[in-house]
Amino acid sequence: MSYGATEVLRGVDLSIATGEVVALLGPNGAGKTTTIEILEGFRAPSAGHVRVLGVEPIRGQDSWRADLGVVLQSWRDHARWRVRETLHHFGEFYRPYSTPQRPRPWPVDDLLARVGLTGKEDRQIMKLSGGERRRLDVAIGLIGAPRVLFLDEPTAGFDPQARRDFHDLIRSVADLDVTILLTTHDLDEAEKLADRILVLAGGRIVADGSPDSLRRAMSATTEVRWGRDGATHVHATDDPATYLREVLNSPGGPFTDLEVRRASLEDAYLSIVHRFETGQGLDAHEARALLSTIDTRPSDATPADPTRDPTPGVTSASTDGEYR
Amino acid sequence: MSTQTVATTSTTSDRWGAVLRGAWRQVVIDLRVQLFSPMLISWLIMPTIGLLVVYFLRDSDVMGSEVSLAQLGIPGLLAMTVVTSGLIGIAGQLITERDDGTLLRAKAVPGGMPSRLIGDVVVNIGTALGPMLVLLGLAGFLVPDIWPSSPAAWFTLLWVSILGLFATLPFGAVFGAMLRSPALLWTTALGTYGLLAISGIFYPLQALPGWVQTIAQVLPVYWTGLGLRSALLPDAAVALEVGQSWRTLETLGMLGLWTAVGLALAPIALRRMARRQSGSAVAAARERVLNQGY
Repeated sequence: MSYGATEVLRGVDLSIATGEVVALLGPNGAGKTTTIEILEGFRAPSAGHVRVLGVEPIRGQDSWRADLGVVLQSWRDHARWRVRETLHHFGEFYRPYSTPQRPRPWPVDDLLARVGLTGKEDRQIMKLSGGERRRLDVAIGLIGAPRVLFLDEPTAGFDPQARRDFHDLIRSVADLDVTILLTTHDLDEAEKLADRILVLAGGRIVADGSPDSLRRAMSATTEVRWGRDGATHVHATDDPATYLREVLNSPGGPFTDLEVRRASLEDAYLSIVHRFETGQGLDAHEARALLSTIDTRPSDATPADPTRDPTPGVTSASTDGEYR
Repeated sequence: MSTQTVATTSTTSDRWGAVLRGAWRQVVIDLRVQLFSPMLISWLIMPTIGLLVVYFLRDSDVMGSEVSLAQLGIPGLLAMTVVTSGLIGIAGQLITERDDGTLLRAKAVPGGMPSRLIGDVVVNIGTALGPMLVLLGLAGFLVPDIWPSSPAAWFTLLWVSILGLFATLPFGAVFGAMLRSPALLWTTALGTYGLLAISGIFYPLQALPGWVQTIAQVLPVYWTGLGLRSALLPDAAVALEVGQSWRTLETLGMLGLWTAVGLALAPIALRRMARRQSGSAVAAARERVLNQGY
């Protein structure tokens, strides 16, 4: 995908299975929004192969669109509309796409209760707080009972309490078997919400795996810090047990300080991001090596070919070639 | 959860029904919002200023005829309302909705974009006809015999107003779709006021140079004004018109022609605009407004 003269995405290969909650994580300018807008069909990729629910997004028809929920960030649109009438208005567009298995739209009052807007039904949207407004955005994204939900930076500008409430809301949505793709630049958020994290940096996926596997793979080194005889020592090692045994068995005075700390996921993430931002990005070979070490996704989640696989990926995208 | 695409049983007409019902819901809500908000002042302020001017001119005759400037001014104000709503109103609305994310939200919903655009057009028809009724109602107390004198004249008033809106709205929509920034809306406004000035809206066309008359008679503004004068002015006033005729058939033909051209062009521009809606575009607009204030 290139945008103007700047190539934004290079060789992004990903496939998302039904019911997964995936976080697209990366610093600002990493290409997260571009990726999600291509998947939403709001933007055409300059090259590559993209399928969402089996359809090329930019050519998606209304019946395809009815299966998607897009959570936009409201700013000042529909400012004087009231909460309930807004939700009802958008919901009615989905009625022709209702099926016995998936009744549409979602009942308005139930949805309002679920996002915690009960009691605010008749309020004008411009009079909602930032957090309430975002809840309404999520409700509008869900009103069509979507199979896939996209959220771009859903908690930007939230205070901690609003953020926690929002996480609870998204987890409850995930329990409804909705496939969720969200972008964030907050690692903590990705870790809390997602089954799987994709780290995007410099327009490329540089890491892909569950939060646990990422933590293991990205933070192989452990830091041992100890103080003895008035001096403090810090040592990084891949084998803390052996090192610790050596230290403890060495002669000397009593230990005044001892700490064994595995480098956090955040340290590892920041170091990757830092390398890209200072222009010393991983080359393709390095990136593949990193990817291969952490590819511990459940095997049914990565169908190679949606037409052959009995549980085809909900979303798959691959833009441009790896050789670029 | 099944990943098979479940065929919905709805037909094309169901879907268009949903689009049109959506447009209707929007029209009802948007008009209610306008009626119960400070925006209502803009419905009243222009007609009031216009009527005041007209009132002070009530004794001036036009070009030695029996028609007063005040009489000529009422259809002129009505024509101005039609043309400014049709060209500037819809253009401004589209630019606003593009920037604030309204159109992006419509795009995210099946059938949302055509519904929104149809709704916007109808809302603009409403916000043109509303002030026109207010103006005409008040004018009846200031200018004698200005209300249409027969059912036929009322009918003429109605169809000329609506056809005049249809002849201009698609072009307003094209301008709204093409202008890159709200700061450029003045170009459309300037062009519209220019058209009003050369189209014999407030003073007979015959007072203008011949070549200006020729240009004016190609454009829809002149014909809207002529049609409205034919509905509101006494028969004697026809003496001030080109060829001493109301040229009703020509009015119908010219406004119809402009409507047809507009309806052919507008979807192309609107589709292009719709295609370009994206979250990044809305984010950029938001950034611009927060930094520059417009």
